Amino acid sequence: MNSGWFKDFWRYRELLYFLAWRDVKVRYKQAALGASWAVIQPLLTMVIFTLFFGRLARVPSDGIPYPLFSFCSLVPWTYFSTTLSQAGNSLVGNSSLITKVYFPRALLPAATVLSGLVDFVMGAVFLALMMIYYHVKPGWSLFLVPFFLGGMILLAFSVSMILAAMNVRYRDVKYALPFLVQIWLFVTPIIYPIAFLTPKMKRFLALNPMAGFLEGFRSSLFNTGHMDWRLAGTAVIITAILLVVGATYFRRTERSFADIV
Amino acid sequence: MSQAIAVEKVSKKFILGALQRDTMLRERLISMLRAPFRRRSAAPNVLWALRDVSFGVDAGEVVGIIGRNGAGKSTLLKVLSNITYPTSGEVHVSGRVASLLEVGTGFHEELTGRENIYLNGSILGMKHGEVASKLDSIVEFAGVAQFLDTPIKRYSTGMRLRLGFAVAAHLDPDLLIVDEVLAVGDAGFQRKCLNAMDGLRSGGRTVLFVSHNMAAVENLCSRCLWIDAGRVVKDGAPREVIEAYMNTFANARDGMADLRSAKDRRGSGEIRYTGVEYLNTSGEPLQAVRSGDSLVIRFHYHANQPIAYPSFGFRLYTEFGTLVTDTSTWHHAIDIPLVPPGDGYIDLQIDFLNLLPAHYFFSLWITGAASPVHDNIEHCAQLEVGLANVYSSGRMLDSRSGIVFFPQRWKVNEPVLAGAHGKTEET
Repeated sequence: MNSGWFKDFWRYRELLYFLAWRDVKVRYKQAALGASWAVIQPLLTMVIFTLFFGRLARVPSDGIPYPLFSFCSLVPWTYFSTTLSQAGNSLVGNSSLITKVYFPRALLPAATVLSGLVDFVMGAVFLALMMIYYHVKPGWSLFLVPFFLGGMILLAFSVSMILAAMNVRYRDVKYALPFLVQIWLFVTPIIYPIAFLTPKMKRFLALNPMAGFLEGFRSSLFNTGHMDWRLAGTAVIITAILLVVGATYFRRTERSFADIV
Repeated sequence: MSQAIAVEKVSKKFILGALQRDTMLRERLISMLRAPFRRRSAAPNVLWALRDVSFGVDAGEVVGIIGRNGAGKSTLLKVLSNITYPTSGEVHVSGRVASLLEVGTGFHEELTGRENIYLNGSILGMKHGEVASKLDSIVEFAGVAQFLDTPIKRYSTGMRLRLGFAVAAHLDPDLLIVDEVLAVGDAGFQRKCLNAMDGLRSGGRTVLFVSHNMAAVENLCSRCLWIDAGRVVKDGAPREVIEAYMNTFANARDGMADLRSAKDRRGSGEIRYTGVEYLNTSGEPLQAVRSGDSLVIRFHYHANQPIAYPSFGFRLYTEFGTLVTDTSTWHHAIDIPLVPPGDGYIDLQIDFLNLLPAHYFFSLWITGAASPVHDNIEHCAQLEVGLANVYSSGRMLDSRSGIVFFPQRWKVNEPVLAGAHGKTEET
C-alpha cells in the first residue's frame, strides 16, 4: 500500500460520482417499473418470509412484528447482495473503458457500491413508513445506525474488490457468485434473530461481519436494548482485515487488467 | 526546453496462450492440488510487443508514430497513457495528459447526448465545471444541437463520432496522445480532426499520434518515429522516416505480393489469383508508386483446368472504403476464349495514375462462363501512392486534397492581373 494509490483515488472522485450516476440512470431508464424495484424486491421477499418463517415455522423475531423484522433486514441485505453481484462484474463489464482510458480501476467496484445506495434509501423510506404503521418507535440508539451502515458499505467494497479482480483473471467466478450470495444469506441473521441460535453457532456466525452489522442495525433501529458489542466489534475487525486484503489483492492485480480483461 | 516524455528501455511482454490455460479458477485449483510443487511454466509462447524502446519528447513537439499493424504502436501509446504497464523499463510523463485511443470511450447507448458529454468528459479527465462551461462550444462543434436530449442509440455512426471528437477537442491537455482516430469517419470529419490537431500544435502543446495517413504525419509532425516489431527503427524528420518506411513496402513488392493464402476469399476456385506485381512500362519492378506515374500492375494466376471465357476484374478503394473504380476485361469487351491450365498472368496498364497520394486497397475477381465467381478476394493488396509534385508547382498534394486529380490548367483573366498590377503601381 502506498499513499499514491489513495491520492489517485481522491483525485478522480468526480469520475467516481459520474460512474455511479451512470449506473443509476441506466438502471432506471431500462426498467418499466423504474425505481419502484428498489422496494418491490425486498417487499415480495418479506411477504414470502413472513408466510413461511413467521407464520408456519414461527421463527421468533425479537418481539418485533415479523414482517417489520424481516423487511428491516432485507433492505440492507438486498443492497449488499445486489452490490456483490454487480460489482463482481464491474471490471469485466467495463472492459472497453479499462483498455482505452487510465483511471484508478477501483473506481468501478466503488461506483457500484455507491449507486446501490440509491435503492437502499428508497427501501429505507418504505421501512420508515412500515415502522409508523406498526407503531414501532426508534429510540436514542438511532444515531448508531450510520455506524453499522458504514460498516456494511466498507464490507461490500472490500469483498467487491476481491471478486471483481478475481473475475478478470478467472472467468468461472461469475458462476460461483450467485451461489456465494445465497450461502451468505443463510449465515446472516435475516430470517431469524441471532438470539435464536445456540452460543456455539453464534460464535461461528460472528465470523461473518454481515451478521454483526445487521444485528446491530436492527437493534439500534428498534432499540431492543440488547446491543451485542462483542459481535459488532468482531465485525469491524474482520471488515478491516478484508479491506486491507481486498485493496492489496486489487492493487497487485490491477496492473494486468488491461492486458487480460 | 523541458521534457514532456521520457521513455527508457521499455519492454512489454505478452504471454500468448496464458489466457486459455489458467482462466478457470477450478482448473487452477485442480492443478495446484495435483502438483503443488511444480512450477507452472511449460514454455509459454512469448510475444515482445515492445523491446528496449527509448526516446524522449520535448514539450511542444508533435511526433507521429508510424509502422505496420501489430508493430507495437498502440501498445506504446497504452504504456504512455498508464493503461498498461511495461514489463521492464521506465516511463516518465509530465503535465496533464489526455489520451484519445478511441473516439467516444464510455458512451452509453441509453444516455442522451448531453449526459454522454458529461460522462465522456469526466472519463477523459475534465472537471464537471469545465464541461459545463464548454458545453455550448462542444455541441456546436459536433453539430448535434437538436438531438442533445435524445439517447445516443438513435444517433447515426457519424453523429456519434462527431460528438466523441467534439468532447476530445475541448480537452486542454499539455500532452495529447492520439491513436489513429483519422482512420474513421468521412472526409469532413477527418478535416476537423486535423484542424483541431493543428490548433493544438500552434498552441504549443505536445502531441503524439499514431497514423497510417502518411500525408497527415508529414504535414503535422515535427518529428516521426517508425516502429517495427516492437523496436524504434528510425527516429527523425518526418519526410526521411516516411520515405524509409515506404521503401520497405517497395522491397516487399520486389518479388511479388503473395495472394495464395489470402483471407476473405470466395469463389469456386478452378482459377485463382496467386500474386500481384508492380512494374514500370519497361517491365522492371517499381520501387514506389507516385501520382502521375505510368505503371503496369501484373496479376498472376493459376488455373487447375481449362477455363472458358473468364473475365478478370479489379476494384480500387480508398482506405476508408470508398470505391474509386471498378474495371475488368468484361468492361473492355475483351473475349478470352480459353485459359489453359497452369500459371499465367494478365497486365493492367495504367498510362497516367491520376490518384492523389494516399493509401488505397484493391479487390480482385475472376468470373467465367462455367461459374459465376471463380475467385474473389476482398482488400487483398494495397497500393501506396506517394507524394508527388503533381502540378509541377513545387506544392505537394496529399489525401486532404481529394482522391483524384485531372490534367488541368487555371487561366486568370487579363483584366484581373492588369488591375492588380495597376493597383501596386499606384501605391
